[in-house]
Amino acid sequence: MDTYLRRTAMWYGGVGLLAAQVLRSLALPPKYFRLVILEIEVMGVRSLGVALTASIFTGMVFALQSAVNMARFGAENYVGPIAALAILRELGPVLTAILVGGKVASGITAELGSMRVTEQIDALRTLGVNFIKRLIVPRVLAALLVFPLLTVLACVLGILGGMVIMFFERGTDMWAYWNTTMYWVVPRDFLMGVAKSFFFGGIVTLIGCYNGLSTTGGTEGLGRATTATVVHCTMGVIVSDFFLTKLMLMLFW
Amino acid sequence: MQPTTREHETAASGPADGRALVELVDVRKRFEGNEVLKGVSLTVPRGETMVIMGGSGSGKTVTLRLIAGLIRPTSGIVRVFGRRIEGLSEEELLPIRRRMGYVFQGAALFDSLSVYENVAYPLREHTSLGEADIRERVVSFLAVVGLGPDVLHLLPSELSGGMRKRVGIARALAQEPEMLLFDEPTAGLDPTNARMVGDLIVQLRGGVCDTAVVVTHDLELTKTVADRVAILIEGRFAALGPRDEVLASDDPAVQAFLAGDARVTP
Repeated sequence: MDTYLRRTAMWYGGVGLLAAQVLRSLALPPKYFRLVILEIEVMGVRSLGVALTASIFTGMVFALQSAVNMARFGAENYVGPIAALAILRELGPVLTAILVGGKVASGITAELGSMRVTEQIDALRTLGVNFIKRLIVPRVLAALLVFPLLTVLACVLGILGGMVIMFFERGTDMWAYWNTTMYWVVPRDFLMGVAKSFFFGGIVTLIGCYNGLSTTGGTEGLGRATTATVVHCTMGVIVSDFFLTKLMLMLFW
Repeated sequence: MQPTTREHETAASGPADGRALVELVDVRKRFEGNEVLKGVSLTVPRGETMVIMGGSGSGKTVTLRLIAGLIRPTSGIVRVFGRRIEGLSEEELLPIRRRMGYVFQGAALFDSLSVYENVAYPLREHTSLGEADIRERVVSFLAVVGLGPDVLHLLPSELSGGMRKRVGIARALAQEPEMLLFDEPTAGLDPTNARMVGDLIVQLRGGVCDTAVVVTHDLELTKTVADRVAILIEGRFAALGPRDEVLASDDPAVQAFLAGDARVTP
């Protein structure tokens, strides 16, 4: 038990220290900007399919379930705003962070972990290279840009998915659905989701990087670290989502 | 009573010698309850090749990593190029590391980059040289280690163990270091490649880089390259001095180690 608590405390401390190192190293030399662009492509462009497919189907199933059940007490007209609020405030940012985060962060852990066990990170250090600036900061900066952008796209497609399924399955008038949705949804709903995704992008990337950098135990340890990253990212997003939501409701509601 | 740090410093290596590139004074290193180094002191002057010998797990690589500032000692002083480094931050260590070249046991080449990109890496990071100059230098550093331009486009996974080791040395040389650190340079190599690496270390002293710290358990390599030898047994130097004196030492622990008999310990 003691060992478990010590390991847990060391993990949280390690992620915190890495975050502090990243903050101190944010000023990148111009030649590293291409690394940020490369990471944007790896994280963003190559995750579009996953994020958008998940969001469109989530929007459709949410609208369908809501319509069937809200019809029981005559509130089917409000499926649009309910679906849009759920997608903008929670489902869009959280699902994008879990899906894209799991994919991106486990890839980061595998790459950095492999560099770690084959001493490539030590090789960078002996070559006088600041490995935080070279390997970590570009990934974090890219994630801070990519996660909100993917979340915006996921939200738009999720809402449209709900609207389309309501038209085909329930015969809802699309203009009425859209107008009701726009009447009840305010910019704050959208901005809260985007703000969360910004934060989620930061934490999943930091978790992926930290687990990679702290990999020990050869290829077996690498496998363990990659699996741990998926679990840590999912839990990190879900748990921090609650606290972020509470904080935002306290500050902005 | 434990001597004070200053007493240790004076006793172990004399007053700070301006020519000494490396000084370790009563250095201890502990990993989670296991004390790997139990107070080692060592001085490496400019122009010397120091070989640290010892069995597996004796702390040789730990000593080398301490010199490169890759890990911090639990206690003691590590002075490199005349500057104490044990308390420096990673950022402060970077310019010091640029003055040395580290050759890893497994070469630690960047596996997604070609041989050319690997050797060019420090040049791209720390210089503003144009592509033509970088290429010229990469080819010349590879020539120093006996490799031709035909390997430039190969990936590390396409190289033999000996070639990987030589590319690792070329990458370290590309920093134009004042001192080279070799971690088990002949480990895993066949006798021909091992001899070639040994000859290369000797040859590098003829102008490219005249100071080196070599960590090895290979007696043949030691005889080929060493000026002085330190024998590390169970975290302490059992012998330290000129090569021929140490190899002829009548200390039973040293003789047992050199004879490959692990049953006798100090």
